[in-house]
Amino acid sequence: MIGLVHYLVVSAILFTMGVLGIFINRKNLIVILMAIELILLAVNLNLVAFSAYLNDMVGQVFAMFVLTVAAGEAAIGLAILVIYFRGRGTIAVDDVNRMKG
Amino acid sequence: MIQAIAFYLFAAVVIASAAMTVSSRNPVHSVMWLILAFFNAAGLMVLVGAEFIAMLLVIVYVGAVAVLFLFVVMMLDIQVASVRAGFARYLPVGLALAVALAAEIIIAVGAWSAGGIELARRSAPIEAAVPNIQAIGALLYTRYLFLFEGAGLVLLTAMIGAIVLTHRERGGVRGQKISRQVARRPQDATRNVKPTVGQGVQL
Repeated sequence: MIGLVHYLVVSAILFTMGVLGIFINRKNLIVILMAIELILLAVNLNLVAFSAYLNDMVGQVFAMFVLTVAAGEAAIGLAILVIYFRGRGTIAVDDVNRMKG
Repeated sequence: MIQAIAFYLFAAVVIASAAMTVSSRNPVHSVMWLILAFFNAAGLMVLVGAEFIAMLLVIVYVGAVAVLFLFVVMMLDIQVASVRAGFARYLPVGLALAVALAAEIIIAVGAWSAGGIELARRSAPIEAAVPNIQAIGALLYTRYLFLFEGAGLVLLTAMIGAIVLTHRERGGVRGQKISRQVARRPQDATRNVKPTVGQGVQL
């Protein structure tokens, strides 16, 4: 069986890819949402790997809840994105602060 | 041996496709790379024996979330050039931060594995005889039932929120008025006339 550290390193790299995606795509809200999905995927990979190696099922159950929250977050985020684009015609993050009431 | 080959293949592809997701020029290509990353992460999860989560990843992420992303990307009319502005400017800082973060996490993982933490008590030990899906189901519908229903409530809230946010009233649309249709009676809608011969009828 592959060592736990291998899995942890893969998910650490995946996590930093997500963080990098948030940093370099400042003009593109859609890719930022995708980067958040990547971060949550890395977290899920971590949970599942620990669950398998510590021989405890709870990690996988928790990964399922993380998946649920990720799906809800994607739906709400894309809905906000759609109304933001409808009102402004752009998806750049730089002037999102004008969104406040 | 074949397990190691599969692991390194899946790991390499998941990292490469994650890099392509965040650096792709076209958002549609980003979604495609994201789907590839999800598939390969599911493969990684199958390798440690978490089949249910892997299949959930394929069905929920690829089948629902990625397709939702694809819908939104294709629905919005995005100029690729304006979206890419500032990419080169933020790249050095972002790369430096990402490398620092990755190094920190990997050093922390090394420290963790050097110590070797053992759990004193397992809350739900994995039994080799019980299939993965059966074990998760037995846990989810008994001990974590209320949390499971809470997850359902989260999804319901997300659904209602998405509908409320994106719904808009459009003027000038002739919609169906259900209450008027139900309240319609035959004596209001029809009348009985006796036309005289040669006069025609008035409609």
